[in-house]
Amino acid sequence: MSHDMSDDKLPADTAEGHGEVAAADNPFADPGLPAHEVRRTDIDERAAKRAERHVSLLFIVSMLATVGFIASYVSIDPDKIVYIFPLGHISAMNFALGMTLGVALFCIGAGAVHWARTLMSDVEHPAERHPIEADDEVRADVIEQFKTGAGESGFGRRKMIRNTLIGSMALVPLSGVMLLRDLGPLPEKSLDSTAWSEATPAMPIQLINMNTNEPMKAEDIGIGSLTFAMPGPSALRPNGLQESDEDFQQQIAKDALMLIRIQPEDIKDAQSAALGFEGVLAYSKICTHVGCPISLYEQQTHHALCPCHQSTFDLSDGARVIFGPAGHPLPQLKISTDSLGYLVATGDFSHPVGPSFWERSE
Amino acid sequence: MKKLSARRRHPLAALVVLLFALAATGGLYAVFAPAEAAKADSSAQSLQIDEGKRLFAVGCSSCHGLNGEGSSTGPSLAGVGSAAVDFQVGTGRMPAQQPGAQVLKKPNIYSQDDIDAMAAFVASLGPGPVTPTKDQYTSTETDAISKGGELFRTNCSQCHNFAGAGGALTQGKFAPSLENVDAKHIYEAMQTGPQNMPSFPDTTMPEKQKQEIVAFVRYQANDAPNPGGLSLGSLGPVTEGLFGWIFGLGVLIAIAIWVAAHTTKAKKS
Repeated sequence: MSHDMSDDKLPADTAEGHGEVAAADNPFADPGLPAHEVRRTDIDERAAKRAERHVSLLFIVSMLATVGFIASYVSIDPDKIVYIFPLGHISAMNFALGMTLGVALFCIGAGAVHWARTLMSDVEHPAERHPIEADDEVRADVIEQFKTGAGESGFGRRKMIRNTLIGSMALVPLSGVMLLRDLGPLPEKSLDSTAWSEATPAMPIQLINMNTNEPMKAEDIGIGSLTFAMPGPSALRPNGLQESDEDFQQQIAKDALMLIRIQPEDIKDAQSAALGFEGVLAYSKICTHVGCPISLYEQQTHHALCPCHQSTFDLSDGARVIFGPAGHPLPQLKISTDSLGYLVATGDFSHPVGPSFWERSE
Repeated sequence: MKKLSARRRHPLAALVVLLFALAATGGLYAVFAPAEAAKADSSAQSLQIDEGKRLFAVGCSSCHGLNGEGSSTGPSLAGVGSAAVDFQVGTGRMPAQQPGAQVLKKPNIYSQDDIDAMAAFVASLGPGPVTPTKDQYTSTETDAISKGGELFRTNCSQCHNFAGAGGALTQGKFAPSLENVDAKHIYEAMQTGPQNMPSFPDTTMPEKQKQEIVAFVRYQANDAPNPGGLSLGSLGPVTEGLFGWIFGLGVLIAIAIWVAAHTTKAKKS
């Protein structure tokens, strides 16, 4: 290495800094900058050429990687899974895109850093610091100009102009407020009721098991079991809710039902027991805090937990909130059985489903 | 005969008659009844129940009572069925190592024969879910995994996480990870609802659907490809954020310090 070094261009090792040396009587004297040390590339043209080639090589690798990125995007089947040793079975396309883009970005960064460290000038340039404020003369001049301008505009004298200006400035932000209207329209009464509201004691709606898509009988619901249900056929929806329906997402969010069964003597809330059928209770699955689906049901404690903010409801006590931020108990559905013994709903939830909203009736 | 009739009014005559009558009843019983009793006693099932009762008395009776009737420290086992015993003892949850919010899994100390014996004894206390056979929890359908995934997301993912990694419940309880759980034990847990897990009886989730869920959970644990490379436990944004902040940013900061601290200088040595 040392053969291509031009020793004669090296500065003497005793190069001195240009600051003052701290003297005994002033330990805080400005030590100044340390002596500038040259780099090999500063004094050796061949080293500089080599560094230049390294930087260019990194940039060229980056270009190739970008080409590779585009090529793998075009050519690799998105569903292809390959085995790559430390990572396991992974998507070939994800791996190729990540690696090529990573290499492309890394090489640009590494090239830039290498360029800055080896070839760009690293001579220190001290910049003196000065007080930030202007001097007294300038400040006095500016204040004088402001006063002159204010006097000439007649701002203090022509009060009508001044007041209308203030008025117009105050009203302009209202246009921004008006744009918030785009967040509407308000839900109005649509959140008050669900598809279960079509049920009446004369025309009940069957509870359909979400697993089997069949109606179920009360004796199917075992003590300690958990079942999810949706509304069956009704007058308005003779085939039940279909995935192709326009309001499908809203309806499944509002109608979601969880069915549990508690020993009738363990139900603490008489009103809740009356809404159920022989210990089978049907609660909304939607948390009354911000509407997360909540069915982390503990069959021994009868607690249902919301995974988002840990609101906990006691399903044996009318779904009373026993912990967390939820403001209302879970709505309960009044259920019964029809002449064939299938579980049916005879009305809507006891109160609106989900989190509070402005028009909420309670 | 004269001798006999002459003593018919003897004070001990009644006693003699009574003894004869007892001997006759006993003899008749010995002729008819024991044949059936002996046949039942020697059957394999009965011996298994006896063996189970002995093991139960040693390992379980201090909490569940000598006849599984339950006590203040353990529930009654009448009607829990053999599937519950097979799950609880087979996963080492029972006998419980300590009281607490949740009974933890630990290495199982019983052989499968011992477990079957205890299960037979508990099953004799009352009808309940029966330990499933291999063909009950193994699905042969080709689309079982995708159907099972749908059922898993409806019924299980709220507690056990979308990939079966488990999750927290209230007051120290948790839903365990399903990663290294036996197919049989997953099936039994759905049947019996151990601890705070709700049960999913065949009436609301037919056997075929349980098979599909088992297939999905086993696939998720063993064979599911991981399109992004690192799954970070499949826990979602928490581990991903932690990884990004600590390892991603940490490495970048370390590189930045290294770059700034090492500048090549030419020195006369």
